[in-house]
Amino acid sequence: MPDVIEQQDLYVSSFRALERKFAARDPRWLSRIRQEAIRSFAELGFPTVRDEEWRFTNVAPLTNVMFQAAPDETDSWKGEGLERALAGDSPDIRLVFVNGHYSERFSVIRNRAVGFEAGSLAALLRQKDGALEAHLARYANFRIHPFVALNTAFWQDGAYLRFPKGLVLEKPVQVVYVSTADETPLISSPRTLIVAEREAQATVVESYLGLGPGVCFSNAVTEIVVGENAVLDHYKFQGENERSFHMATSQIYQDRNANYSSGSISLGGALVRNEVNAVLDAAGAECALHGLYLVRGRQHVDNQTTLEHAKPHGSSRELYHGILDDRATGVFNGRVIVRPGAQKTDALQKNRNLLLSPDAAIDTKPQLEIYNNDVRCTHGATIGQLDPEALFYLRSRGIGSEDARNMLVYAFAGDILERVRPAGVRAWIEAAFHARLAQGLSPKEVL
Amino acid sequence: MSTSANQIEVIANQEYKYGFVTDIEQETVPPGLNEDVIRLISAKKQEPEWLTEWRLNAYRHWLKMKDPKWATVEYPPIDFQSIVYYSAPKMKEGPKSLADVDPKLLETYEKLGIPLRERELLSGVAVDAVFDSISVATTFKDKLAKLGIIFGSFSEAVQEHPELVRKYLGSVVPATDNFYAGLNSAVFSDGSFCYVPKGVRCPMELSTYFRINAKSTGQFERTLIIADEGSHVSYLEGCTAPMRDENQLHAAVVELVAHDNAQIKYSTIQNWYPGDKNGKGGIYNFVTKRGKCLGVNSKISWTQVETGSAITWKYPSCILQGDNSVGEFYSVALTNNRQQADTGTKMIHIGKNTRSTIISKGISAGHGKNTYRGMVKILKGAEGARNYSQCDSLLIGDQCSAHTFPYLEVKNSAAQVEHEATTSKIGEDQIFYCQQRGLSTEDAVSMIVNGFARQVIKELPMEFAVEAQKLLGVSLEGSVG
Amino acid sequence: MLTIKNLHASAAGREILRGIDLEIKAGEVHAIMGPNGSGKSTLAQVLAGRDLYTVTAGKVLYDGNDLLAMKPEERARAGIFLAFQYPVEIPGVSNLYFLRSAVNSIRKARGLEELDAFDFLQVSDGKMKLLGMDPSFRERPVNAGFSGGEKKRNEIFQMAMLEPRLAILDETDSGLDIDALKTVADGVNAMRSPDRAILVVTHYQRLLNYIVPDFVHVLANGRIVKSGRKELALELEEKGYVGLETTVAY
Repeated sequence: MPDVIEQQDLYVSSFRALERKFAARDPRWLSRIRQEAIRSFAELGFPTVRDEEWRFTNVAPLTNVMFQAAPDETDSWKGEGLERALAGDSPDIRLVFVNGHYSERFSVIRNRAVGFEAGSLAALLRQKDGALEAHLARYANFRIHPFVALNTAFWQDGAYLRFPKGLVLEKPVQVVYVSTADETPLISSPRTLIVAEREAQATVVESYLGLGPGVCFSNAVTEIVVGENAVLDHYKFQGENERSFHMATSQIYQDRNANYSSGSISLGGALVRNEVNAVLDAAGAECALHGLYLVRGRQHVDNQTTLEHAKPHGSSRELYHGILDDRATGVFNGRVIVRPGAQKTDALQKNRNLLLSPDAAIDTKPQLEIYNNDVRCTHGATIGQLDPEALFYLRSRGIGSEDARNMLVYAFAGDILERVRPAGVRAWIEAAFHARLAQGLSPKEVL
Repeated sequence: MSTSANQIEVIANQEYKYGFVTDIEQETVPPGLNEDVIRLISAKKQEPEWLTEWRLNAYRHWLKMKDPKWATVEYPPIDFQSIVYYSAPKMKEGPKSLADVDPKLLETYEKLGIPLRERELLSGVAVDAVFDSISVATTFKDKLAKLGIIFGSFSEAVQEHPELVRKYLGSVVPATDNFYAGLNSAVFSDGSFCYVPKGVRCPMELSTYFRINAKSTGQFERTLIIADEGSHVSYLEGCTAPMRDENQLHAAVVELVAHDNAQIKYSTIQNWYPGDKNGKGGIYNFVTKRGKCLGVNSKISWTQVETGSAITWKYPSCILQGDNSVGEFYSVALTNNRQQADTGTKMIHIGKNTRSTIISKGISAGHGKNTYRGMVKILKGAEGARNYSQCDSLLIGDQCSAHTFPYLEVKNSAAQVEHEATTSKIGEDQIFYCQQRGLSTEDAVSMIVNGFARQVIKELPMEFAVEAQKLLGVSLEGSVG
Repeated sequence: MLTIKNLHASAAGREILRGIDLEIKAGEVHAIMGPNGSGKSTLAQVLAGRDLYTVTAGKVLYDGNDLLAMKPEERARAGIFLAFQYPVEIPGVSNLYFLRSAVNSIRKARGLEELDAFDFLQVSDGKMKLLGMDPSFRERPVNAGFSGGEKKRNEIFQMAMLEPRLAILDETDSGLDIDALKTVADGVNAMRSPDRAILVVTHYQRLLNYIVPDFVHVLANGRIVKSGRKELALELEEKGYVGLETTVAY
């Protein structure tokens, strides 16, 4: 088994092998960014539990696995299980990526006439879209974050969505990242860029699914720009199998009066880390971050959020609910920063956790950094168990103990699920959540 | 400064109403502290030998302790040798009945709004009046005695019920607990004592009214309340002091014991002299208050409205020892001008299914400094323990500050702990918003402050809720903007 | 109803309004548009009596009276309502209590009988339904913890309850999604009447698709540089403010 340093070197040397392929395809500005990113990764290395941000998440299990990049072909996959990945029906935009590569066959782009830009990032790079250079890799900071650096160096493809000024899209846009790993552990580095221009309004559902039995490692980075007075609803669904790894960073930049909301749902994975970082960089921006995680067995899920209020009159609402069973472990670290100029900031943060087993554990850390006295900031964290009296009450009415338990768990999750706005997307997420509960919460196959 | 801010200043700029001095002949011991002074105090009170020894032991331990420095309050070192440890209005003997009480004292309490003459008594409230070091009068004593309730001065209790005093004194706050509790244990002069027997629901509010009058005097009272099995009692204390340029020390100890199924509700309206605008004078209020829920299903509830004192340092706490016992802490602390408050609570969960609620509201105005410091400790055996804490701070103006230090120590995984904290500011924005909806500045300020404090005020006995609301308004010598 | 003559106002020594002239008659809806920092919000706040701003010249007549001599609450009681760009939070004070105090102080000033709790609930019920607001809104503290959309709707609800004669809406559309925008616009349109005037201050033309104004004014560098009918808004949307700003001499 290779040690961490060797693994790190392996990643760097495999970049060297790919370098020429990238250089043939990339515009020069992008080549420069990739080079910088791999240098940065070589310097940073994989994080350890000695790093404050990684204290409760040990990435050693990930660095112990020898991953391979999937071949650049998507035809051998026949779409088995894809229906599970679809949120609502008949979308105008659905972008499907298989092991990190764009699948034209399963993607749908209709109604282009209304003026949006949507498709494979790699393909659109060749069309010299100016917005790409202006935004790509400008927000997610690869200089300080090792996994963002890896993604920035290695990404092959991903979704690009641009909603021009004033465009209101009713139907949710679907971005689906599928992994089909079998015997060979596969790595992919999906890269997503979403730009909502002034007064545009859209809903994007980004999902990550393991449709193969094998181990995959999705190292994803999503950059989102919400322009002046634009409204963007963003849902991220994480449902890889329980042997897989998922490291994801969503980096959001908000302009004046921009309204962004995210719903992050984590059900799968052996080792999962979701980072959501929003910068409210102009007056009157509003941001809502909601999250739900349900883990069991020996799953580990880590949610890190940073809300940076940089300008006045911003408001943020953050609510994360976690449900942990068996020996599962969780981390919630919610950081709210209020910069000196951000008067009248209104920030609310809450993390609630339900431990279903005495061996499950959660480390929750709300972190307020306030450099301004004219603000209203609220934070709260709870850790609790199912109320035995409520359980007993349900059972005394003839409901079986398993059902009673699921009912209460579902009620706990309801606070988050009901915040998923498009009815089709909500129904889809609820179904996935239910299916997961129905599988029972006893220990499952673990790594 | 803008008009609205000026108006607020005018409304709020009311003087401390209780700053007068009563001219009465006092008997005081010379300033300073040593074993002789302690023996003298003990002798004046004709205390039994064991109590004198208890005091001396406390004093000897205290000598080894240091003034605590961890609170976020600032004050010059206190010279404990310049304080007068005993001062009492001269009386031939302890008053047998109200008729024997010096009319000057009765007048004093009347001026404070606490009539002691039976015919004018607040209905439903029994009062023990403590003037400097001693209790001067207790009302409704006989009526309470018929129910078996012992209510009166601590000194009396030492004479009449030494077995109860000996059993419970120091059982919740040991003499070695902390610096100021140690000092109090050595020199405490008087205070209130209350025992409610098994199964008795005390039919009226019990209250003690503390008054510091004499110069350079420290007030060290000791209160002990015991609620026996299945009994209920609601107790209220009020405090005022004259306006003096020097700082005066008030270091009290309050101990509560609740047996099986008993409930104690303890409310405080603390309005000691806060010092002047520039922070000159005022009381140092360094108090240890702790209740022990000894029995199953017992409940102790602390409610405090703290508007006075130059410095407040107190953490009314609950030891939740009995299974299913409940502790509550509701607090409004207002600091204005140069006042400082470091206050909060400790909830120690020992028994199973113990529950605690903490609601703390800090209001800072002027250069006021307000700190919430609270500890929730859940021990390993406290299966099913729950806590809910909410700490809100309201800032009025730009010069004041608010700090929140929650300490959570959870040793049992089946416990539920919830903490919320909010800091907000009233400024001209809020006032203007109200004005734009047709409200006057006066209405706007009182609406905002009382709205903020409402959760706590509603916990007070009804007779005092109105008083507390007024007090908040008067104490707001602040300005906005 | 409202006459503004050569209004100059400054804040912290900096002149923001540099001579505004505007005439609004009962029954009219006026829109004021302009780039960020042009003085739109300042104008709205000055009309409502915010003391952050000092009026250095000019006058404002409201029903023939000197508006600038009135205190903010007197203006409110005389029927001027400002829907705030950033509605203020008042923790601990319920919406219901706040609004009933406001309604009654205004009713008292108008010589009307105060509404008791029962009447108030009845009146407010209907208006909340119109704005698609949940009854639990009433029990929640004023604006505390509200989302941006809820705050804006609450402003319109207050306007409906206070029944002003002159309503000033300061960027009530910013940050709203399209559904919330329509709800807010419906609420405002329901208030249109021959004896009421509405002044809409906005940065975005989109709102004016739903609240169609009688007149549109462009504010740039503290002055109205162009006035016209509703078509002017569309023109601005196409060309932007750029040309207009440069036409103003310093």
